[in-house]
Amino acid sequence: MPSHDVMPDIELYQPVQVEDALDLASRLAERGWLLGGGQDTYGWLKDRNKSPEAMIDLNGIEALRGIRETASGLEIGALTTLTEVATNPLIRASYSLLSDAAVKVASPQIRNVGTVGGNLVQDVRCWYYRRGLSCYRAGGNLCYADTPQGMNREHAIFGASRCVAVTPSDTAPALVALDASMVIRSTSGERVVPAADFFVGPNVDIRHTTVLQPGEILTAVRIPNTWANATFYFEKVADRNVWDFALVSIAVAMRESGGVIQDSRFVAGAVQCTPRRLEAVEAAVRGKARGEATAMTIGTLASNGAEPLTHNGYKMHLVDNLAKRALLA
Amino acid sequence: MSYMHIGKDFTPPCAQGKITGAARYAEDFRREGMVFARLLTSPVPSGMVRDIDVSEALRMDGVVGILTAEDLPAAARPGVPALSNELTYVGQPILAIAAISEQIAENALERIRMNIERRPFVVDPLDSLVEGGPNAYPEGNVMMRGENGMELRPLKWTRQAVEDFRAGREPDAQFTTEWSYGDLEAAFAESTVIVEEAFVTAGYPHHSLEPRTCMAYWENGRCYFHGSLQSQSAANAPLSRMLGIELDQLVFINETTGGGFGSRIGPYPFMSIAGYLSRKVNRPVQVRITREEEFFIGSARSGMQGWIKVGVKPDGKVAAVDVVIVNDGGSSGSGSGSSSAGAISVSYQPTAMRFRGASVFTNTTPRGAQRGPGQNEMHAILAPVMDKAARQLGMDRVEFRRINAPDHNSLVEANQGPVTSAYMREAIDMGAQMFDWQAKVNQPRRNGSKVIGIGVGEGYHAAGNNGFDGIVRIGPDGKVYLHTGVGNLGTYSYAATVRAAAEVLQCSWENCEIVRGNSDLGLPHSSGQGGSNTIFTHTRTNYVAAMDAVAKMKEIAAAELGGSPDDFSIDGTRVFKTATPAQGLTYAEAAQRAITLGGKFSGAEYPEDINDLTKLAVQKITGTGLVGVAKDNLEKNGTAPGLAIAFAEVELDLDTGKYEIRDYTAVAECGTVVHPKGLSHGMNGGGVWGFGMAGFERHVYDPQNGLPANVGLYQSKPPTFLDVPRAMHTAAVNLPDPQSPFGARGIGEPAMGCAAAAIMSALTDALDGHLFNRTPVTPDMIIEHVAQNTYNNKSLKINTF
Repeated sequence: MPSHDVMPDIELYQPVQVEDALDLASRLAERGWLLGGGQDTYGWLKDRNKSPEAMIDLNGIEALRGIRETASGLEIGALTTLTEVATNPLIRASYSLLSDAAVKVASPQIRNVGTVGGNLVQDVRCWYYRRGLSCYRAGGNLCYADTPQGMNREHAIFGASRCVAVTPSDTAPALVALDASMVIRSTSGERVVPAADFFVGPNVDIRHTTVLQPGEILTAVRIPNTWANATFYFEKVADRNVWDFALVSIAVAMRESGGVIQDSRFVAGAVQCTPRRLEAVEAAVRGKARGEATAMTIGTLASNGAEPLTHNGYKMHLVDNLAKRALLA
Repeated sequence: MSYMHIGKDFTPPCAQGKITGAARYAEDFRREGMVFARLLTSPVPSGMVRDIDVSEALRMDGVVGILTAEDLPAAARPGVPALSNELTYVGQPILAIAAISEQIAENALERIRMNIERRPFVVDPLDSLVEGGPNAYPEGNVMMRGENGMELRPLKWTRQAVEDFRAGREPDAQFTTEWSYGDLEAAFAESTVIVEEAFVTAGYPHHSLEPRTCMAYWENGRCYFHGSLQSQSAANAPLSRMLGIELDQLVFINETTGGGFGSRIGPYPFMSIAGYLSRKVNRPVQVRITREEEFFIGSARSGMQGWIKVGVKPDGKVAAVDVVIVNDGGSSGSGSGSSSAGAISVSYQPTAMRFRGASVFTNTTPRGAQRGPGQNEMHAILAPVMDKAARQLGMDRVEFRRINAPDHNSLVEANQGPVTSAYMREAIDMGAQMFDWQAKVNQPRRNGSKVIGIGVGEGYHAAGNNGFDGIVRIGPDGKVYLHTGVGNLGTYSYAATVRAAAEVLQCSWENCEIVRGNSDLGLPHSSGQGGSNTIFTHTRTNYVAAMDAVAKMKEIAAAELGGSPDDFSIDGTRVFKTATPAQGLTYAEAAQRAITLGGKFSGAEYPEDINDLTKLAVQKITGTGLVGVAKDNLEKNGTAPGLAIAFAEVELDLDTGKYEIRDYTAVAECGTVVHPKGLSHGMNGGGVWGFGMAGFERHVYDPQNGLPANVGLYQSKPPTFLDVPRAMHTAAVNLPDPQSPFGARGIGEPAMGCAAAAIMSALTDALDGHLFNRTPVTPDMIIEHVAQNTYNNKSLKINTF
């Protein structure tokens, strides 16, 4: 098991037009690898635990960058950096849930090069999988984490299906809460997928965490104005305050009127392989005022149905606590 | 005492280069024809390489050679071989392959085929200790004294003993190391408060920011070796032995090192790869390891699983301590249990004490020294335990520490030897006042889900050695050349200690030049930069060398101007008659006279008692000026202690298990302060390390396959900028140690231990006295405790999770 830290031999393509990138993605399909900010890519490739033949560097495609106001909300190019997302005045003014989430990603250095697209499509961080073990997700036939002796403190309490890895993205729960859509292009055209459907668990596709197929490129994220200027709450609990993945995170959007919550989205991160809508909580708070009394009523609704592993039972309490805190903030 | 240089801030000459990037690390050096080597490492925790096929790799364009264990002298076993076919941990180097580029070398590794015969493995010491448990080596799991000295043998405990130990009860079992002093039984009998706890601390890697690199080449029978060590001159003798050459055949170059923290005090086995491979392929060879390999080759702190019983008398005096420590020795078997126990004897001065322990081999990364090895994790555990005793006595926790603090008359460690001095009560008083302890303790504690915890904790490490050499040279240009064999490990102690020589010579700092970083420049025999010793040890060597230079200047002046040497004084630029200052010589003139006179003045002759390395060094500079050279024969009677006390205020969020360190104050008791800015940086850096021990860092090994989970920086989680307080307050007692010419002792390691201890104490305080009895304490543990899913502190969790 050699330890590597230089790049393997690999073909490099650097298109400057989306169409060229789509052609390359189509032609190379599973042999190719899309490069954005590289913060997930370089780990995989330098460790040589993924071995694509060619890399399609998207960084020269200006059309994939930037934040634009649209008639129905905002569109964010997939190559927009997390720093730009975190500091953009439009986002901060009306969709601060996303900027609050983006500013919690990793570290300033990583946010300066890491992209929102990359943050959404990054692979899971299960350490067994990342070490190159032949687990289910890697094409093997066992899970090393879901055993009595497995080191699974960071793993899933919901949605286990052979694999117990969790979504590592901080922006994904926020975008699900904002009812965002993902713009996906290929040589066949464009399809727009709701964020809630964009992420898939191991029961749907154990090798991938999104619906992206070989040949497809996530080009933009669209945020409708449904939740513009709503009451937002984002909190990420990680061991460290910088450069760490969430133990549990929560993204909440609440539309209040007449002193009560008319509608809401409660979405938890890092509790299952996809951002988890806490629909029972949303139903419980509908028509109620934010505050201590409502917070008490939701009890353990957030964690109901959880199936903790040996070392991650604390996540049940944590997700319950975070859901309550959203109502107390 | 007022000094010119001691106690004054200055800018170390290498600081700018570290900011601009101009500073050169081993990796920055190139040599014509240099090739790059990469390592093939073990994929399994335990096994034997039965055959290796490297033919395909060697046929690759650009591959120039290979080095295997057979190319190296036989390594001691068990140990930490540079290369080995016997595999005892994942990540162990098997062979090195050299190529004209790193990329080719890495690609070549993938062409190597080998068969490995797997062996049983173990990643937790108690799993190995229990009867029938696997051993990390076929012969055993501990080093024990046998008929032929220390031997690798199996040590097994009954299932009952292991069960008792896991449950927090004293085990009825055999140990490999024991010591005691005083009448333990009687001391417990007179105790009115007994606290008995089980504990566990995690081991973790150093993560020095510079992954270690070596570059070596051979010219005219000499090996030029660019290394990455904490130390400079301490490398020469062991590295020359490692390479099988004479002392004068080695040129060791190490201008800058990116941290070591105990993991590179002296030459480590990996260094031999560059030396032997460069000789074999007859080309300069650079071996630069990866961040992941630093996790393995860089070694790690040993984890502890233990049991402690403390007895306290009604007046608050600690009467008795009984402690059992099982160390996770990793594949090197190294543990720090005795040091851990020794630290208790220093900080709390029990009248009777017993230590029993065993360091158990496991198939995990090798263990070695890491900043306060044993002492720091012990203090982290000890602080809440002693807090519990104080609470049971109804005594303020600071007062409790004050009562038990060491002083000048204290006896310490297993041998109950004396200390050179100790002003710990003064440190406690200063810190409590700075921190405003009483007001902090009395403040409101609860605000919604947040609760305030106030903590206090100590740090200790022996902090000073003696018997090394110093060299000072005054050039005919009038400049003072301060030769130092102290390494540039990031503490700037190489620069701080030579200021002792500048002080003696009363010369301006601008007229001094530090000579360092390359043994061919003539560097004296020096201690290794470990164990917090350098400030004490090398203010002494610089003092004696400078005193020798002053004596020689006076002798030269007296011979030329008449009178006796005692009639002369110095002022930093001249040596002159005290009575008639106009009569004198400049330093430049005295140096020129020394060159002309030769003999002891020019370095042609030197004291017999200096080390062979210093003799070689003097020979290199003979005739270049007036040479002051001497061995430190000053009095040293006892342990020179580095002591520290820290105070912390944390705000703990019961919902999330996260806490913010709102205030941190630490006071160093390190004798006279030599370099205030260096001290504050060391105290702050140590503090951050302590926060890491208390809350973040640990090994995680999977017991199913022996794989480490967190080999990378982001997985190992050393604290970040937002995990530490915005402001950290540090100070020093600044009273002189009588056995140091300038009163100075070291402090590097206690700076960390006190911080870890203060945080652990504060967490316990925040949670109404709940003891986690483990490091680190992470948010999940706090959440579980608050939710009353009681995190079972009576059960000894493994120390690799």
